[in-house]
Amino acid sequence: MNGESLRDLWLTYQSTVAFIGLNGLLALSVYTTLSCGQLSLAQAGFMALGSYASAILTLHTSAPFPVVLLAGTLVPAVVAIPLGLPVLRLKGVFLAIATIGFGEVVRIFFVNLDFTNGALGLVAIPQRTGLVAIYLALAGALFILWRIRGSRAGYALEAIREDEPAARTMGIHASAYKLSMVVLGAGFAGLAGALDAHFNFIVAPANYSFGRVVDMLVYAVVGGTTVFYGPVVGAAFLTLLPEVLREVGSRVGLQPGPLRLFVNGLVLLLVILFLPNGIVSLPRRVRRWLETRRAAAHAA
Amino acid sequence: MLLSLTDVRRTFGGLHAVDGVGFQVDTGEVHGLIGPNGAGKTTLLNLVSGLIRPTGGAISLEGRRIERLPSHRIAALGITRTYQNIRLFPALSAAENVLVGSHLRRVDPLWKRMIFVPGYRREEADALQWALSLLARVGMEDRAAERASSLSYGEQRRVEIARALASGPRVLLLDEPTAGMNPSEVASIAALIKEVARSGQSVLLVEHNVKLVMDVCDRITVLNFGKVIADGTPGEVAGDRAVIAAYLGGE
Repeated sequence: MNGESLRDLWLTYQSTVAFIGLNGLLALSVYTTLSCGQLSLAQAGFMALGSYASAILTLHTSAPFPVVLLAGTLVPAVVAIPLGLPVLRLKGVFLAIATIGFGEVVRIFFVNLDFTNGALGLVAIPQRTGLVAIYLALAGALFILWRIRGSRAGYALEAIREDEPAARTMGIHASAYKLSMVVLGAGFAGLAGALDAHFNFIVAPANYSFGRVVDMLVYAVVGGTTVFYGPVVGAAFLTLLPEVLREVGSRVGLQPGPLRLFVNGLVLLLVILFLPNGIVSLPRRVRRWLETRRAAAHAA
Repeated sequence: MLLSLTDVRRTFGGLHAVDGVGFQVDTGEVHGLIGPNGAGKTTLLNLVSGLIRPTGGAISLEGRRIERLPSHRIAALGITRTYQNIRLFPALSAAENVLVGSHLRRVDPLWKRMIFVPGYRREEADALQWALSLLARVGMEDRAAERASSLSYGEQRRVEIARALASGPRVLLLDEPTAGMNPSEVASIAALIKEVARSGQSVLLVEHNVKLVMDVCDRITVLNFGKVIADGTPGEVAGDRAVIAAYLGGE
């Protein structure tokens, strides 16, 4: 292997590693609202707000990158407050539908906004995002979720997820907790959007369609939503999968492009059927299976 | 008077589930609420705990009107409850359920935990200790780590009482706490209710076990078709003609 191809390999590999981090952060943003039992599908809209806000700052001002990222985080977080107040009165599928609506409103708003070149979007955004920034952001999000778990607030969130009226009669201000998590999730999505905009050079409305939020939800479900790091595992797995498939496919002469969606769907189906708590529950499942086998062998 | 209800009404469509109910609960009193099925007992507890709002009338705690407050505010003022159809958080352990119940008495600023300010660990250890002491009070200390969903029916009821006591309420609402329990478990619940009242907390008890109600209650209100048909000491209520008619039928 000569130096040239080694560098090519690293370049491909590097962007995959970056996408694992970005998708992990997006999956965490879905998980954040899911952790108190609320299925919000507004995350692509929040991501779009983060992307546009940060890209506009970079293109029109000389703001330093951390300030740009902060703006990309705060804009969707602030927008989440007036959105969440009315919308969180809805439950289950109605909340999902209303938040999908929000995502579409944001997308169509940018399609029609001349200032950001409408459907073409903003182009030639300088690349300011590196792996360090992406993984610091991911680590920060994981840290926050890790510290919430097991705290008074963490138990309040679990109680709301399990039985909201019962939680309220324990004195838990459920709507305040739910709104906080929607705001936090919006911040994560916006941060991912800001990082993404300065990694891919381009911000266009088509990147923030309904399919995008479905991807995020699939990462979270496949990885597992019972623990905070599950969504990141799911994002890593599903981001790597097409790369591995391409490698394998080219060896056996298959065109993996069209296969990708099929395999993603298959993985989701298998996880829902056989691993309802996601990939992160696999080690424990295997251990338990081995134990029962050993016990059975012992009894025989 | 600690808790007082005046002319409380609640209709569901055309049905008058609670139809002008009034009674009072004193500090440290065990107040029984009995009546045939469908008399409106559970609806009344739902009204007091703020899960539903009355269509009319007033509910006050120490003179403060609470009937329009959201349920988390009512809990904060000192009224917590258990449920007829047990509503523990099934995925949490018995101890964690009681920790959730301790929400109101805990002060645990999340930022301290975020930046590892010393002190949060002690608060958490104290909270866990408190939860375990409550589980001990209902005789469940050795099942603390068990998932709520894997506990037996009677055990779940006891954990639910511990969870309701965890915030240190002034009024404890118990909705059929001994349903599905065996006689020795019923006796331990009776002892617990008396002990709670002795410590100065009031209990509003909905119960079908007449023997238990006669044994533990200071006063009893009898409901039938959403109306109060009798109110008095256990002795007075037991001899009341309207009560006997409601329970046994006839005129």
